[in-house]
Amino acid sequence: MPRLAIERWLKASGASDDADETWRVALVVEAAHGQLVHAATRAARVRRGTRLTDARALDPGLQAVTADVAGDADLLGRLARWASRWSPLVEIDGEDGLRMDVSGVAHLFGGEAGLVCDIEARFARLGLTCRVALAATTGAAWGLARFSTGPSLSFPSPLAGEGDSAIAERGERVRRSPPPHPPTRGERLESKERDLSDLLAPLPVTALRLPPGPTRTLELLGLKTIGQLAGVPRRSLARRFREADNPLDALDRMLGRKAEPLTAAPCEAPPRATIRLAEPVADPSAARQALGLLVPKLVEQLAARRLGVRRLILCGYRVDGEVAMAVAATALPTREAKHLRRLLVDKTDELDPGFGFDAFLLEASWCESLGAAQESLVEEPRGERAVAELVDRLTVKLGADKVRRPVARGSHLPERASGWVGVEDFLPTLRAMAVNPSRPQRLLDHPEAIGVIYATPEGLPRRFTWRRGVHDISRVEGPERIAPEWWRERASARLRDYYRVEDASGRRFWIYREGVIGDGRGGAPEWYLHGLFG
Amino acid sequence: MADGEQRAANRSPNGSTALPRTGFNAERIGSDQEGRLPWPEAPTLSEVFASNARDGGATGFLLAQVARGKPLLWVQERMAMLEAGRIYPPGLGGVELIHVDARDARAALWAMEEGLRCSALGAVIGEIWGDPKALDFTATRRLAVAAERYGVAACLIRLGGHANLSGARMRWRIASAPSAKHPLDAKAPGAAAWDAELFRARGFAPGRWSIACDAHGQGIQVSHEKSADRRHLVAAAGDRALVEGERRVG
Repeated sequence: MPRLAIERWLKASGASDDADETWRVALVVEAAHGQLVHAATRAARVRRGTRLTDARALDPGLQAVTADVAGDADLLGRLARWASRWSPLVEIDGEDGLRMDVSGVAHLFGGEAGLVCDIEARFARLGLTCRVALAATTGAAWGLARFSTGPSLSFPSPLAGEGDSAIAERGERVRRSPPPHPPTRGERLESKERDLSDLLAPLPVTALRLPPGPTRTLELLGLKTIGQLAGVPRRSLARRFREADNPLDALDRMLGRKAEPLTAAPCEAPPRATIRLAEPVADPSAARQALGLLVPKLVEQLAARRLGVRRLILCGYRVDGEVAMAVAATALPTREAKHLRRLLVDKTDELDPGFGFDAFLLEASWCESLGAAQESLVEEPRGERAVAELVDRLTVKLGADKVRRPVARGSHLPERASGWVGVEDFLPTLRAMAVNPSRPQRLLDHPEAIGVIYATPEGLPRRFTWRRGVHDISRVEGPERIAPEWWRERASARLRDYYRVEDASGRRFWIYREGVIGDGRGGAPEWYLHGLFG
Repeated sequence: MADGEQRAANRSPNGSTALPRTGFNAERIGSDQEGRLPWPEAPTLSEVFASNARDGGATGFLLAQVARGKPLLWVQERMAMLEAGRIYPPGLGGVELIHVDARDARAALWAMEEGLRCSALGAVIGEIWGDPKALDFTATRRLAVAAERYGVAACLIRLGGHANLSGARMRWRIASAPSAKHPLDAKAPGAAAWDAELFRARGFAPGRWSIACDAHGQGIQVSHEKSADRRHLVAAAGDRALVEGERRVG
């Protein structure tokens, strides 16, 4: 989708037809020697990579707008997620492309032709120009999508005799890029008959995906197309190009003579259940109904693979290219349908259907092995399991960082000595922390400054004022000196002298003096109240 | 077991008034007897008012009662945490803890009720600041019913709130009291002590008690406060001889 950036901008600014002369707009990015054109409308007739000053010289009325590269990348990321409706393996490729491994997927969409039609139609509905190529090798798909001037799609015949079977099996890939004119069905079917190398022959050598250096060398040598390059004897090519990215390897990869490892490691897909709706449904209760259908399907898969869910994602695919997601995490691996449904059912109401959902996906994105569990002989569930389910329910409703368990950390500073972990880091059993009687029962999140009367420089405190209340100290114990953690904090961090104090009415507090006079890290030391004893 | 036998069983062999840490499900104890705190037979909802919002005494009092061994769900409302601090696990004394940080009283009450339905929990403690609208008679009654039905003790700590209409079965007002003598250091604060007032309870007479943790934090000692100051009835904490020895040296 090389027109992705400009089409996104046009959509945001409300323009309908960018060929209109009033829309002579170029999106520019800052570069080392001034601004470069990143994308431009058709009316502007500027190529990407032109300097803005050059473009302005030709057309003084050209408007320049700063390109939102991060926004484009964000959109592409969302489109990649949305594209997972066709295949689980989707990769973002550069700043305007998506790559999908569609091996064994096409038949679900009425064959390869049907798949490509579907992709094109859905992207067209989003108002994005896209160009699809489906080929037996990654390189070929890349080149055809970007540089082929012919039909949008090519179906090379199976690579009989050209590559070993492993590569041929490895996968067809789909690539998109701009169609100069919408291809007709006839052209597509015709292209299926042609041979891969014939198809690739007219492409420029840039389509080899080589760095600029070797590409430039090839062009200087007069080898402008892949066809010309293929005509050169292999031995002389191998002799001329010895670097890692050499044209010979690139050509072999493109034609399937050489393996090109997948970027995404082929891993076992997580258990997932999908449901496709005949037409988009905008009713908010659709997600709830879909969940009811999907959970038993997923649980079946989990049981077959002996897995338990730790994180569960419900995706609603919207017709406008968005994916609405609801995520729930569990403290212990589980595959109990009732519990899983209960976790997500409240969140389904929050899924925004927009113009309607046309597919739902329930995926266990994080699983752990879970063998067959002994059912309790009495009705009551096991304690550990019951507590874990409680934590899941609380987390789903209140948020992941709101329901937490304490964990001991290796630090002397009180606020660091005890950390909190959320549901995803819950251990199978809760463990009580070691008791330290000199620590308060309650700790303020941020120590509060107090005014203290004390015998300087390091005497005991006598009286302090906290939140406008004066406390006369009747008993005091301390100091307990805690040095700053020099490996973590800035050099000017001061030590703390902690005192346990009790006021006249018996209320007990934990206060500290930060620093001592003359430690060279600031002026007079400040006092803080940090905790309350029970 | 007859009531008198129960009392005898609770009394420790040396006749002191120490109570074991029996937790929220303590056996029923006569409220007018010295050395005993009234505590309901079955788990139910108690309400503990801190006499001062910036007094941690109510926390200590509850922790002295909580049964160990089962996880504890501690729900804190945002304002309660800002005013009186977040609970600090190293100081809690070995309880298994799940902490809930609730946005407001409504969320806190919901989390408490959800927790009460899980009978694997030891107790559910909720801290609410002030008198929020969500905390009305219906809400407290729901908690009390859930606690009784599922057998999980519930306790509502009220900071800076008023004792309005409530469905809680026992309502306490707790204040810190000057602590016991430290066994080794006369100037240092010793084991915690509290003044507890039971101002409303079902099945018990209201009263005031002085409560002190013993020096090892192992149990609590209770004295019923009939006159203004009967704190001397609290059994001495710790090793007295060592204190005297220190004094002689000093």
